[in-house]
Amino acid sequence: MLEYIELFFRSIFIDNMIFATFLGMCSYLAVSKKVTTAVGLGAAVIFVLGVTVPLNWLLDQYILRDGALAWLGPEYADYNLGFLSFILFIATIATMVQLVEIVVEKFSPALYNSLGIFLPLIAVNCAILGGSLFMQSRDIQSFGLALNYGISSGIGWFLAILTIAAIREKIRYSNVPPPLRGLGITFIITGLMGIGFQSFGGMLTGGDDAVSPAETTAEVPTEIEDSTAEAKVFLTRDDAISTKGNANTGTTTARKHPPLSQVNGHDQKVEKELAKKEKEVSYNDAINK
Amino acid sequence: MALLTKKDVSLISDPLADNNPITIQVLGICSALAITAELKASIVMAIAVMFVLGLGNVVISLMRNIIPGKIRIIVQLVVVAALVIVVDQVLKAFAYELSKTLSVFVGLIITNCIIMGRFEAFALANGPWRSFLDGIGNSLGYGAILVIVGFIRELLGSGTLLGYKVLGDPITKTGLYATGYENNGFMIIPPAALIVIGIIIWVQRSRNLALIEDN
Repeated sequence: MLEYIELFFRSIFIDNMIFATFLGMCSYLAVSKKVTTAVGLGAAVIFVLGVTVPLNWLLDQYILRDGALAWLGPEYADYNLGFLSFILFIATIATMVQLVEIVVEKFSPALYNSLGIFLPLIAVNCAILGGSLFMQSRDIQSFGLALNYGISSGIGWFLAILTIAAIREKIRYSNVPPPLRGLGITFIITGLMGIGFQSFGGMLTGGDDAVSPAETTAEVPTEIEDSTAEAKVFLTRDDAISTKGNANTGTTTARKHPPLSQVNGHDQKVEKELAKKEKEVSYNDAINK
Repeated sequence: MALLTKKDVSLISDPLADNNPITIQVLGICSALAITAELKASIVMAIAVMFVLGLGNVVISLMRNIIPGKIRIIVQLVVVAALVIVVDQVLKAFAYELSKTLSVFVGLIITNCIIMGRFEAFALANGPWRSFLDGIGNSLGYGAILVIVGFIRELLGSGTLLGYKVLGDPITKTGLYATGYENNGFMIIPPAALIVIGIIIWVQRSRNLALIEDN
């Protein structure tokens, strides 16, 4: 369960499709002039990602992986069809987008009309293919996690395009220098938003700078009482590689590794949190005097 | 028939400045931002796109009269995917370290808007030689921006160029580092590429006032 929550928040904030990996920038820049169209495209991207990433996971698991063809018969076990990934993924995506278009047209003509040209264009949106390729390179382990990854990456993209559309609507009344107007200032604002989102990097390390100390301290004591293996999910994915032995490739941003003493010494952690809260309280007194 | 008429030369020179695919046509942004932390990766990506776009343009242009209208996009996707698979396998075979740096972005050349954009806008309506030139021109324009951004980011962010330490050694404090200079860590993180390209756009549009957008 915790894996799901971690993947969900990690894909929205830390590995955000726009700010961390720049997937889907072309349509992000083209469609973000009005909030209403941005919302429509964002919703469509969430839906398509939620459909194609799990499907491509199944393809990857049963056809494309090294040795995946063993279910056909033992003589097929050493075939590696990995090089066909690109063409199979893009074929699935193009087909699913076409299917989605037909279904939406049949069941909700109003939505179909408001999305207009964007729905077919999603097939060639880097974000969709990128979602599947990252799912493959990060070795997502189960169908449920793949579905989770697809939907949460979509939500991250939706969040990004929504915020830039809102900002662009407001900039029209600002005094932007003419050469920067339109495209230039959008690039710079997106860069600044990217820097802001980098601050989420400390969110899931479980270290001293955890953004939500309340929930981790509440859960750490009970979890560790059950088993130390359970508590290891609080470590970053990089730590999880060494403990679980997965062949995960870590994400590109640098991660702080929490000291392993936290797993065993949860008392120290609780004490540290209490000490921090006491410090905060006294600071508040100091400034309010 | 002359091999390179004046119009043909403009097919190559226009995308380098006035019709640049990244800064003017706003295509191909995704990969331009993500892999430019190193100059070597930028150069290799530019060459890969040149290969895919040049050959792809020629193939689509040769097939342009036989492709049925309804499955146009699918045919284009198949052609691009096949070429990208070739590029990916060649990279994995001859430059494995680099293919790890580029990771999924080689695959993302398939959805690189420049390629589909040039197919639709040019290759479907023009002969093979001119399509080839158009492909080369646009990928040169794309490569120019990539190399500029990669150069700035690698030089300021790690003090190296193509892996060679050009400003001195940061650990033993020789060269420029002896004066107290430090590498700018901001240039390594992804958002730096966005801001560098924003500044490039600013410079380009200040020099060519015709490109300024109206509100």
